[in-house]
Amino acid sequence: MSRIAQTFARLKSEGRRGFIPFVTAGDPNLETTYELLMELAGAGASLIELGVPFSDPVADGPVIQRASERALRYGFGMDEILAQVSRVREKLDVPLVLFSYFNPLLQFGLERLSVEASKAGVDGLLVTDLVPEESEEFSSLLRAHNLDMIFLVAPTSTDERLRMVASRATGFIYAVSRAGVTGARDRVSRDAEALVARVRQFSDLPVAVGFGISTAEQVRDVWRYADAAVVGSAIVAEIERRASSPDLAKRIGEFALSLLPVLES
Amino acid sequence: MGETLKSWPDGRGHWGAYGGRFVPETLMAPLEELAEGYALARRDEEFQREFASLLRNYSGRPTPLFFAGRLTEHASSARLYLKREDLSHTGSHKINNALGQALLARRMGKRRIIAETGAGQHGVATATVCALFGFDCVVYMGAEDMRRQSLNVFRMRLLGAEVREVDNGSRTLKDAINEALRDWVSSPDDTYYLLGSALGPHPYPLMVRDFQSIIGRETREQILEREGRLPHLLIACVGGGSNSIGMFHPFLEDKDVAMVGVEAGGKGNALGEHAARFNESGGGRPGVLQGTMSYVLQDERGQIASTHSISAGLDYPSIGPEHAYLHDEGRVRYVSASDSEALEAFQTLSRLEGIIPALESAHAVAHALKAARQMKKDEIIVVNLSGRGDKDVMSVADALKGEER
Repeated sequence: MSRIAQTFARLKSEGRRGFIPFVTAGDPNLETTYELLMELAGAGASLIELGVPFSDPVADGPVIQRASERALRYGFGMDEILAQVSRVREKLDVPLVLFSYFNPLLQFGLERLSVEASKAGVDGLLVTDLVPEESEEFSSLLRAHNLDMIFLVAPTSTDERLRMVASRATGFIYAVSRAGVTGARDRVSRDAEALVARVRQFSDLPVAVGFGISTAEQVRDVWRYADAAVVGSAIVAEIERRASSPDLAKRIGEFALSLLPVLES
Repeated sequence: MGETLKSWPDGRGHWGAYGGRFVPETLMAPLEELAEGYALARRDEEFQREFASLLRNYSGRPTPLFFAGRLTEHASSARLYLKREDLSHTGSHKINNALGQALLARRMGKRRIIAETGAGQHGVATATVCALFGFDCVVYMGAEDMRRQSLNVFRMRLLGAEVREVDNGSRTLKDAINEALRDWVSSPDDTYYLLGSALGPHPYPLMVRDFQSIIGRETREQILEREGRLPHLLIACVGGGSNSIGMFHPFLEDKDVAMVGVEAGGKGNALGEHAARFNESGGGRPGVLQGTMSYVLQDERGQIASTHSISAGLDYPSIGPEHAYLHDEGRVRYVSASDSEALEAFQTLSRLEGIIPALESAHAVAHALKAARQMKKDEIIVVNLSGRGDKDVMSVADALKGEER
């Protein structure tokens, strides 16, 4: 069983839901990325999404676009990102998913990436602009190296598409809460709940909901119907706001903790 | 599938290893809806009749095929013909595709049209058809391009379109496409994305090529009527590649017709100084950008490079997937013309034939003058003069002032 599957199985057996923070690798620099991963894990992240910066992030809103721009100023590549993952993996078991656009992966080499990501301790990949139809080769490489392939589903996805995603996805399925780019919203669309219900008709995999979630209240709401909530832009915006703070990572850890609903038991 | 060069793409929009759909999941359903809508329209005689009628009565087709006698004499060369797309309504070939897609949008029940534009030619064509059909129209345009092409910005606003300035990335065509895609991802139900070149995810490269193929079909008829034989060489500039694929496609199976696509050589060979995607030493190699697999100018880590060209319409780091395929098959040869060669051709054509070409088209003219000198005098070259140069006179004036200094 993959580390991602184990994590969701454990959450389920404990009657809990998952919290998945997102940060962009190299924002504001790679050393801080390592510290951020450690702090986020300490704050209770069930799994962490690590964004691979790309020059043309069409699925992202302004907050994550700016994070990519900040990271790209340093001119690092996949090797340096995987090196940070290795450092985290020496100390922690938290599952890590690379969240990327396709081209940087393609240029690194899909086979080489599968080998090296697996070696570094990455658990899965989510490629924003790679739909199941175009992913056959990459999926089988990832499978051969015990990496999960996570796909997005959207409110616009037809039942036929949900069925196809269900047949190819491993680890979990990421449900996009609404049509649009990443970024915080005042409320999480009602579309998300309906989408998760539709996904469950076709798949037994855990379902995480993301896009637009920025408060503990929204996390709690998503937890009613989904297995995990993803918070991206809200955390990245906080990193941007506190970029000059000497204890940035610690403060982001505290911020992440504030996004977790206080559970009445 | 793929029995002949012309029979591509396959059902999922691939030309060999190129093309396809590399988009966020949210866009897959709208793209499937679009592909189905287009497949029906493509077979529908009524749709084709209405399209043909608009091309004739609104846009003024067929455009002339003009024998450029003074240019031929000047080069003392093969016979140079110009396919006068610059005489189309709105001043370039872009209107062909805009009319076709507007008809499709209406058929699909969409009321809001979005588009991207580089030089502004596609933006103007889109704003024009939106006025004609009564659609709401939003055009995304890079801040740098808005500065370079202020006349076209004014024309779009005059036509009732909202022009939205894109102030991120390189502030050019690529960034305008990113913004248009973000808009479409956010409003896929009511919005029709009227993409202007033979680029992007399936079915755009196929659809845009189909709508532009009128250029090559007319050229074939016209040259047969004038010369009683097919041309030896076709030349067209290639940004995204819509005017060139429109010219080339109807001739792909004619083995004796050679074809050259002219990319923007810019001001040098280093990454960032040009927009020549097939220039391997200059950073061009296969990759994925904005929904399609094709040749892309990029750094070694797969980050998309900035590009440079004096012509905003060629200033783009990728190229339509059918061109990538035709390049690898060796069917079309791709070369580049530099900024200064294009500037010179711009002036030469203006003085010798009284035709001020778009800077994009001037790249094709520049190569034609070179190629013509190598060919026999009775051989025939057709250059696709994709647009007129009114929009460029200010930037040419600036560039010439710079050269004098």
